[in-house]
Amino acid sequence: MTPEQFLFHEAQLLDTQRYEEWLALFTEDATYWVPLEQNQKDPHETSSLIYDDRTLLELRVKQFRHPRAHARAPLARTIHQVGNVVVDDLIVKSTLTVIEFRNEKQRLWAGLVEHQLRRERDSFRIARKRIDLVNSEGEIEGISILL
Amino acid sequence: MAANEQLAMLVQPDRVHRSVYADPAIFELELERIFARAWLVLGHESQVRNAGDYFTTRMGREPVIVARQDDGSVRVLVNRCAHRGSMVCAETSGRTSSIGERFVCPYHGWSYDRGGELKAVPFSAGYAPGKLTELRLHAVPRVEDYRGFIFASLATDGPSLEEFLGPARASFDDLVDRAPGGELEVAGGVFKHVYHGNWKLMLENHLDGAHPAWVHASSVAVARNAPEPGAPGKEHYYDIAVRQMRQNGAPDAVWEATGMWTTPRGHGYMGDYHSDDRLVTGAGNPVFEEYRTLLVKELGKEEADRVLRVTLWNTIVYPNCSFMSQFRQLRIIHPLAVDRSVVYTYCYRMPKAPAAMFRDSIAFANVVNGTGSWVLTDDLEVYERVQRGLTSGEIDWVYIARGHGRDIQEPATLRGKTGTSEVYIRAQMRAWLDYMTAQPSS
Repeated sequence: MTPEQFLFHEAQLLDTQRYEEWLALFTEDATYWVPLEQNQKDPHETSSLIYDDRTLLELRVKQFRHPRAHARAPLARTIHQVGNVVVDDLIVKSTLTVIEFRNEKQRLWAGLVEHQLRRERDSFRIARKRIDLVNSEGEIEGISILL
Repeated sequence: MAANEQLAMLVQPDRVHRSVYADPAIFELELERIFARAWLVLGHESQVRNAGDYFTTRMGREPVIVARQDDGSVRVLVNRCAHRGSMVCAETSGRTSSIGERFVCPYHGWSYDRGGELKAVPFSAGYAPGKLTELRLHAVPRVEDYRGFIFASLATDGPSLEEFLGPARASFDDLVDRAPGGELEVAGGVFKHVYHGNWKLMLENHLDGAHPAWVHASSVAVARNAPEPGAPGKEHYYDIAVRQMRQNGAPDAVWEATGMWTTPRGHGYMGDYHSDDRLVTGAGNPVFEEYRTLLVKELGKEEADRVLRVTLWNTIVYPNCSFMSQFRQLRIIHPLAVDRSVVYTYCYRMPKAPAAMFRDSIAFANVVNGTGSWVLTDDLEVYERVQRGLTSGEIDWVYIARGHGRDIQEPATLRGKTGTSEVYIRAQMRAWLDYMTAQPSS
């Protein structure tokens, strides 16, 4: 599997609501980061739209499945469109466009993504995923999906 | 437009007509009569430290520039060119230098200094002599500071800021007194989240002790199964947030026992409901001990104890602000339409306190108050469902009766008999009606 194919696989897991399988792609020491500011350097001195270590990410996925997770009931339908994949060994840069549909409302999200991968057998795992939304500093609606 | 008698029918002691939340004509009137009259929280002195520093924000729907003047005062200017009406400043913040650089209108190059004075107009020969001297960026008539927080009012007269805040001053005192040296600064970025609901829904929700068990049921359940917070030195980044989420699942008796005070201007504040010692007193935590030592050194033991014993949770400053003095998070709400609002969320750093305390504030903001939080997004979902429900024309009334008839009148405040009393909505609605029906100043 190439890094590009791996990213497509990851997107497919999200778009078919296989969130637990998606979570399993992340290493135990992984971070999943959606910075608040453009070119944000640090997740501890500046707020983030999302900054999860592996434990928080697991809790986030569990919350998705809770029957009273109001903002996720029903779960949104999404399309994660991955493009412009540039592979530099295990660092993979790409663009992401997400179309989200839920409760008669369609939303659009887009950002630059950077994956730090680790090789595992004939595939990869994700050690770090960073999504810089184009409108991270703008007035945006709550983010209730996985990017 | 609705006559005062009609407005008065919309707000009754234990119920409110749905049009207060859903009628666009009422919303327009709110902008005129509430947002253009009340004192509004605009920000903090740390956002405009030096002469020439400015930031832009809104007062209701008015775009404004908040700028530090050469004499140290703060002026609030309506961000609208006197010529054809373009906004003259598109930046969120910045600095005008004392030489030359000004607020320059992009349309025809009219330029204004930091005080709003019109300094240069291209093709000025086309105007009759003296005509242009009448023009400037409109200065908001009243600007005041309370302990470093910048307030302004679009009305030329009205109650003083001190009178407006009344007992709610104590919440700002709590926020500032806890900071070593009394120093605070806005830091760590600004969340800006939009929701499709009326602005009042957030101000009500932040004092609602009956909602967490329902709205936040999922995050409470998940947090209960989270790893136990780490011992000193072995904390997880997210411990503070897990503690908070768990606390949202406190037993009913805890919510009932929480203090709930309101003021005649519609402000309200909640006593602390945390029973978790680490959150409240930092028990056993070396960082908190270091911080406590700093405060004791500065204030003496007795005063430091008094400061740290204040247990306030959310404070609402009606009509545009909500803050947590203990966790140094402050939100400003801007009404965009009857069914659309945007909330700016700021963290405050205590520059003289241990650095780790700010990291806790950031973690708290990310997981609990942030745009991608599983706590916040459930609140937003409920605001939107309320707004959609209130479009129903079949049922007119929203019930705000819990605890009605049992409220306790104290010298300066009206207090709920229990922490889940809806006294805070009744107080907000009474203030709403006062603003909406007051005789406009000419």
